[in-house]
Amino acid sequence: MSNDKKLTHDFSLDLLRAGDKAEFARLVEAYSGVIYRLAVKMLDNPQDAEDVLQETFIKAYKALPNFDGRSSPSTWLYRIATNEALMVLRKREQPFVSIDEPLETTGIEQEPLQITDWCCLPEDELMSTEAQAFMNEAVEELPPNLRVVFLLRDIEGLSTRETAEVLDLSETAVKTRLSRARLRLREVLTGYHGERVAERRMVAGGEV
Amino acid sequence: MKEHKECRYLLDSLSDYIDGTLSSELCDEIERHMTNCEDCRIVVDSIRKTIYLYHETAVPQKVPDDVRARLYQRLDLEEFLEN
Repeated sequence: MSNDKKLTHDFSLDLLRAGDKAEFARLVEAYSGVIYRLAVKMLDNPQDAEDVLQETFIKAYKALPNFDGRSSPSTWLYRIATNEALMVLRKREQPFVSIDEPLETTGIEQEPLQITDWCCLPEDELMSTEAQAFMNEAVEELPPNLRVVFLLRDIEGLSTRETAEVLDLSETAVKTRLSRARLRLREVLTGYHGERVAERRMVAGGEV
Repeated sequence: MKEHKECRYLLDSLSDYIDGTLSSELCDEIERHMTNCEDCRIVVDSIRKTIYLYHETAVPQKVPDDVRARLYQRLDLEEFLEN
């Protein structure tokens, strides 16, 4: 886990394709942390996350002889992992709910409703344990197709192009989904932190 | 946000604006708009802050030892577990 995307090109594709166990173990060591984090945040269930982690590397190992190296190993692993995680979510969802619904065709963003400037709150308050738990809940409540884009772009730090490649979406679709996810999270965090701002104003004697 | 038609029009572009991937014409338009629209300025600031907070609190997650051990076992890589 101490490794990150910088390691992307440090693997020998020849050794990986030939089934070299030591090289594969290096790949597992380098990426199991990020894959596990993604799975935990996607699924909010440690057992399901562990299953996705294992399935990702089992499938990767089987597919390695045919890995053409056009994608980086990390993009490739994210792709396998997100497919696995989305499959788990599909099994959980009601059968009539499609998580692949192309939201980007259904009109413009929902208008922000909460306009409170909470950016002035101290960072230790914004990042308190309670606030972080709330932030995690807010991500879990996003629809899966927005959640996965938000996690890949804003948590894992993938580019728009890499995210599009992982999810087999157009870059425009990635941008639209990211925008929606961010606006929804902003809305929820504004509701949460806005209350603190209001409390402070009351304490300060009703000043605005 | 309610009084300005322009706010709705610009909403779709805010995420790209924050990422710095918007055309300079649209950037100028948003910035011009924000000098007169406090609500949009607040929305942009709070989206930025939201992204920042998620980014800052996303600590690299270590795979728990037991999960890691089971992963290596499942992959038949136990000999590399101590590395």
